[in-house]
Amino acid sequence: MYDDDHTLMEAAKKLRDLGIKVKTVYSPFPIHGIDPIIGVKRTRMAIVSFMFGITGTSLALLGMWYFMIHDWPMNIGGKPSFSLIENLPAFIPVTFEFTVLCAAHGMAITYLLRNGTLPGMPASNPDPRTTDDKFVMEVHTSDNHGHSGDELKDILKDSGIIEISEREIES
Amino acid sequence: MEFSFSNKAKSLTFILMAIGLISIIGGYAMDSSDHHNRFWSALYVNGLFFTFVSFGALFFYILQYATESAYSVLFKRIFEGIVTFMPVGLVVVLLVHLVGTFHGHHIFHWMDPEVFDESSPHYDAIIANKAAYLNIPFFWVRTLVYIGVFMIFAITFRKRSLLEDKQPDIAIHKKNYVRSGLFLVFFAVFSSTLAWDWLMSIDTHWFSTLYGWYVFSGMWCTAMIVGLVMALYLKAKGYLPQVNSSHIHDLGKWVFALSFLWSYLWFSQFMLIWYSNIPEEVTYYITRIEHYRVPFFTMFVVNFVVPMILLMSRDAKRNPTFLIGVATIIFIGHWVDVWLLVTPGVMGAGAHLGLMDVGMFLGFLGAFVFVVLNSLTKAPLVPVNHPYLEEGVHHSI
Repeated sequence: MYDDDHTLMEAAKKLRDLGIKVKTVYSPFPIHGIDPIIGVKRTRMAIVSFMFGITGTSLALLGMWYFMIHDWPMNIGGKPSFSLIENLPAFIPVTFEFTVLCAAHGMAITYLLRNGTLPGMPASNPDPRTTDDKFVMEVHTSDNHGHSGDELKDILKDSGIIEISEREIES
Repeated sequence: MEFSFSNKAKSLTFILMAIGLISIIGGYAMDSSDHHNRFWSALYVNGLFFTFVSFGALFFYILQYATESAYSVLFKRIFEGIVTFMPVGLVVVLLVHLVGTFHGHHIFHWMDPEVFDESSPHYDAIIANKAAYLNIPFFWVRTLVYIGVFMIFAITFRKRSLLEDKQPDIAIHKKNYVRSGLFLVFFAVFSSTLAWDWLMSIDTHWFSTLYGWYVFSGMWCTAMIVGLVMALYLKAKGYLPQVNSSHIHDLGKWVFALSFLWSYLWFSQFMLIWYSNIPEEVTYYITRIEHYRVPFFTMFVVNFVVPMILLMSRDAKRNPTFLIGVATIIFIGHWVDVWLLVTPGVMGAGAHLGLMDVGMFLGFLGAFVFVVLNSLTKAPLVPVNHPYLEEGVHHSI
């Protein structure tokens, strides 16, 4: 456990240079630049949001085509053309809003699901203080067979750490 | 680090200015339209377009003080440089207004006194009803007030910025903060009303309440494009070593977001008029769609779809070559936008984008680049004592 994000980042860099794998980091706020150090892969959230957005666009257009053109043809703005393309300007606001709605909600729900932080889900952080002002770095001995647990502790002790705790983890 | 204006770049801008001069002389000589309206509107389009770039830059530059942003400190001098073009561009704009006032051309239909005269065959009841606002003395009062206010803010902010380089004093920064809020109040009103006066009054019968924001979003977007290209140019020449990919990414985001803002406002104006289909409102679009269909829709698609598709991904916004390509395309797109704001209103059906327009565009571009790069040589490229400099340098996203 650390009490400063910068110290933690330096420690993580040192561990990485020694070939030790950091499992994960718990922090009350995002630490800029930590991702590549602890080997977090680049997020695929952008791709997901694009796909949710496209889904929203298609659903909105399909829905409006069915309601306003196909099932009950409407005279839109005094232009009885009964065609989706010719009436497209009237449908753009809804399409736009629905695209944003789907992308935003889809992204938020995907994010919470993937992190296991949907409301009511059990918390996975090892120490509640990481939600306040402390930072925890998790190093698993099972990931680092080249070093024994004591060796890891010795390395960590020199890195400005304020607390070390050892736990058995199932699985 | 001081910027030095290379002779190669200098001669390039002189070549462009020569092309512009030839186009101005040749365009005037070969223009056969009534009162040389075609020539004057081409001159007006180019003068306005580049003046608008400096207005947008002035707005963004001063906005950075109001929001107390750190990431933009490294670009501060670039936007200050763009603002220095403002007086040069305004000379052209005022020249066109002045010639119009003395009936040298008919860009502004309402400047003709006969439309207000009930006994005249040219009497126009709709315009006559607007006489309280649209009359020549009030027009000049407004124009001079806009220019006066913008110039005062531009000059005093520049002065304080150079002063801060010499003597670090937090009082200068606090003063800038207060003044920036004041400027935004003025700019919010004036950016709208100057668009009515200088552009919307060309289509005298027609009006749109959204017009001011639409013109403003275009000028802001163009200013960010120019700022981005300038930053990439200076970085490629090795002048801004502290600018990292996060800074470039942020400027790319501005171009992306403001393209959306511009498209949003373009579409909002179009959709409401299309939907209600009232004769007095649709005239504006009828002229443009019937006679300028290709540039009108191409311009919208280019300014909206190109940045949307090409600048959506994070990697694209961090790739200089890519950014310069997209920025160039939409820079031209926004120029066509201003061309379409002016020319159809003046010429009706009888105008095409021609060599004269392109030549003048290149000439003004040359003059613009010359003035901006020249002003960059006059001060350190990175402000020395800005209180947020250190924070801005370590910007990381």
